[in-house]
Amino acid sequence: MYKYDEYDHAMVAARVAEFSDQVKRRLAGEITEDQFKPLRLMNGLYLQLHAYMLRVAVPYGTLDSRQMRMLAHIARKYDRDYGHFTTRQNIQYNWIKLEDAPAILEDLASVEMHAIQTSGNCIRNISSDQWAGAAADEITDPRPWAELLRQWSSFHPEFSYLPRKFKIAVIAANEDRAAMRLHDIGIQIVEKDGEHGAAFYVGGGMGRTPMIAPLIKDFVPLGDMLSYAEACLRVYNRYGRRDNIYKARIKILIHELGADEYRRQVEEEFAHVKSLGIDPPKAEFDRIAEQFAPPALDASAPDAIDRSDPDFAVWVDQNVAAHKVPGHAIVNISLKPIGGIPGDASSAQIDLMADLAEKYSHDELRVTHAQNIVLPHVRKADLYAVWQALDGAGLATPNLDLISDIIACPGLDYCSLANARSIPVAQKIATRFSDLGRQKELGELKLKISGCINACGHHHAGHIGILGVDRKGTENYQLLLGGSGAEDVSLGTITGPGFDEDGVVDAIERVTDKYLAERSEGERFVDTFRRVGMAPFKEAIYG
Amino acid sequence: MVEYLQTGGEEPAVTLDAFLEQSNATAVRLEPDEDARALIPFLDRLALIEVAFPKFRDGRGYSSARILREAGYTGELRAQGDVLVDQIAYMKRCGFDSFAPEKPLNPDDVEAALTRWPAHYQGAADGAVPIWKLRHG
Repeated sequence: MYKYDEYDHAMVAARVAEFSDQVKRRLAGEITEDQFKPLRLMNGLYLQLHAYMLRVAVPYGTLDSRQMRMLAHIARKYDRDYGHFTTRQNIQYNWIKLEDAPAILEDLASVEMHAIQTSGNCIRNISSDQWAGAAADEITDPRPWAELLRQWSSFHPEFSYLPRKFKIAVIAANEDRAAMRLHDIGIQIVEKDGEHGAAFYVGGGMGRTPMIAPLIKDFVPLGDMLSYAEACLRVYNRYGRRDNIYKARIKILIHELGADEYRRQVEEEFAHVKSLGIDPPKAEFDRIAEQFAPPALDASAPDAIDRSDPDFAVWVDQNVAAHKVPGHAIVNISLKPIGGIPGDASSAQIDLMADLAEKYSHDELRVTHAQNIVLPHVRKADLYAVWQALDGAGLATPNLDLISDIIACPGLDYCSLANARSIPVAQKIATRFSDLGRQKELGELKLKISGCINACGHHHAGHIGILGVDRKGTENYQLLLGGSGAEDVSLGTITGPGFDEDGVVDAIERVTDKYLAERSEGERFVDTFRRVGMAPFKEAIYG
Repeated sequence: MVEYLQTGGEEPAVTLDAFLEQSNATAVRLEPDEDARALIPFLDRLALIEVAFPKFRDGRGYSSARILREAGYTGELRAQGDVLVDQIAYMKRCGFDSFAPEKPLNPDDVEAALTRWPAHYQGAADGAVPIWKLRHG
């Protein structure tokens, strides 16, 4: 894991001091809410329906037990004893007082954490593969590349008043677990002639105009990566639309220019930027990469798992994934208990996960964009002990990637942008499909719910997506089928007229029944949908 | 640090169009949607480039400033308009060396803003040595 040096500490401390001063001036009425808004946003502080919400950055989703315990402490001391893990691998607290924010940021800084650029029209927290450093299919650990980008983008003087927010994801495996091509910049670390470089996909995103990022450059050498990113951003900062907030994301610029013309402009800018010497030397990358050195795992650890407890065996089959080192496994902790709020965890649960990480996972945890938690490096021989502890805390729901492992935004229960509630719909769907046998029969089925067109719940990328809208003052839910945020990236298609809350649950049941009737051997739901198309599903839903 | 605050009084800046038509002026004003690179052939004879910030949220002027400095402009580079104290540190990093805010800034806040940051992660147009260079010499 990356450890702050004196410079990193000093930068975060300066930011805390700056924001404390800004809060003081706001509370004294020296700056207006309009002027304060971008400042608080760049420090992760939103004004929600009922209170301020604070979004804490978890860079590339990685944290240690000390940091995880601090997240529990903040939930206990400043919030209502729980936190909400988000689709950006961050955590947010929904009931924060403005005057507490500086103290919270100070607490975070004491464990090398912050809320910098988790909101606002700037480069946001960099996201990555939650299995980085553990996945059998990665070519390298993407996190050193992400950390290089984190430092470059922190307090970037030119790109802090962009037309709109800017999200970057970095992966290094062919399996895409980070929805890479649905980011403003998606970077895939690839290999060419024995060297690693960055493939740049630019202009993806969800929101009201979802787009899959086109490939802009197939190989950017490590030593050019920041210059290339700077060129991509500069073209956007200069020419991205500022006349309409809904057309201000880079995806619209690239769509309007065309990928080829955007690429031409970036290449021209890059030729200039490259001469400025903004790329750090390889030694800086090596300094960072050293800190992500793989933990010392004993490859001769026993590979067998005692499956005599049937409940444990079910959980192993669903929530435990292959590790690159024999005798080890990746544990995925579902924050999706049937009937619960997707992504929520109590301070006690957060503390427990921290304890397990310390004891069994080389002190590491990950947050996933699907709002779950990962213990990346667990000995297979320890899995039973881990499972027992999780089970005792309500954290052993064996539903990873099944229909009840739902991504949902906070929706109208919290969010001032929302048109409809997301949480009760998620709860009703999970309850309807609570029978685990039934869920397993349906297999991998990624269901994602957004409470408004901004798509924080990734509904465009759901095998089944739900979009809550306001129709003449009542909540209405549109259904989408066939999306994916993985390496088979695709955007869902709307089935037809929307439903009320119970109606959408019924419609999903008709969709899944139709899938079971139509599927061929080995097909996931999304495979069947792609093969047979919308028509049979539409008929099943609407008759 | 108060010397950064300008009160005006010198030759008024002309618009970019006017400058390009009869470029004997030595001061020009650049709007957010105007291409800073149009001035590159004339940087030697310019003493002042005023970059307009009609709305503080419009960040195009930050790129304009860097482009001008990166092209070798050494004259005065002024941020004018809706310029707030919480932005001037970033503006200075982008190469601005004077500020003409529409609403006066508190000098103590200006001083605090411009002296707050102990170092910088990335190279920009202010000549500051980035942290990675401090780390590796």
